[in-house]
Amino acid sequence: MSQTATSSTGAALAQPEGWDSVIADWSSDQRAFKNIPWGKAMMWIFLLSDTFIFSCFLLSYMTVRMSTTVPWPNSSEIFALSFGGEPIPLILIAIMTFILISSSGTMAMAVRFGYQRNRKVCALLMVATAMFGASFVGMQVFEWTKLIVEEGVRPWGNPYGAAQFGSTFFMITGFHGFHVSIGVIFLLLTARKAWRGDFDNETPGFFTSRKGNYEAVEIMGLYWHFVDLVWVFIFAFFYLW
Amino acid sequence: MAQAEGQQHPIGVYFKVWGWLFVLSTFSYLVDYFHFESYLRWTLILVFMFMKAGLIIAVFMHMKWERLALVYALALPTMFLMVFIGLMMFESDNTLLQRVIFFAA
Repeated sequence: MSQTATSSTGAALAQPEGWDSVIADWSSDQRAFKNIPWGKAMMWIFLLSDTFIFSCFLLSYMTVRMSTTVPWPNSSEIFALSFGGEPIPLILIAIMTFILISSSGTMAMAVRFGYQRNRKVCALLMVATAMFGASFVGMQVFEWTKLIVEEGVRPWGNPYGAAQFGSTFFMITGFHGFHVSIGVIFLLLTARKAWRGDFDNETPGFFTSRKGNYEAVEIMGLYWHFVDLVWVFIFAFFYLW
Repeated sequence: MAQAEGQQHPIGVYFKVWGWLFVLSTFSYLVDYFHFESYLRWTLILVFMFMKAGLIIAVFMHMKWERLALVYALALPTMFLMVFIGLMMFESDNTLLQRVIFFAA
């Protein structure tokens, strides 16, 4: 035998460009996602599955809206808000949109400062992101309260038209708000770790015992940007359509 | 470490994307504010939506700097949603037709 089998040659193999790189990466019994920590790959896989969950929600919304013979309530008027004068259509939703976009901006910068090993700025930006997220949830609570108490919207009916409006609204925005809430909690936990220097000192995690690394901030960021991404679609399809 | 310190990009690119997301969100809000209707409304909503989604995925989620193998692993399954959407549109059209025929008035 002139040749000996070598293993774990991930870095040694040639890495072609373009479509060839896709084939090369997926074939030949090797690690598919090069240069990507497995935690990040797993977060992407989770986000893909989450994409399908939200797609199912939005598609069921599309299906009931397309198939009902009753007129669909006008979301522009229902979500209007008056600050003393004429009601401004969708204003609260617009503010919530800008808040979530801003939280994505601070999160993206937190990832950058994390990889630059600037732990304090990284942590503070994550706290800012969490605050934006918490205010988003707060406004959603206000929106729900107004809708339920003042306007009498229920999952099984409402005064404006098709009953499916309530059920799809509470399910879709409720599930999204739940995602934001979970994100806020994990942002604060990750910010605490960053502030303490866990990612600089490679402190083992209390649950997994893996070495601390700023990849955790990027993985947290992926989740948060996804929550923002889902809102882009909810804003377009539920509120604007 | 396999990767020294991944995904460091000039901070300017994030501010630019942030600004664009604000602009595009304002545009999509104005679609409602100025009461654009029908196909113009739907087209504008979809255009602004996809532009925002693209910016978030490409820059904030660093997709444009990732390897193609990961991009396709995520994009390809998502594409199948188009089939799902088509199926459900067909289904709801049929349901509406049945309702109009059998439950009219």
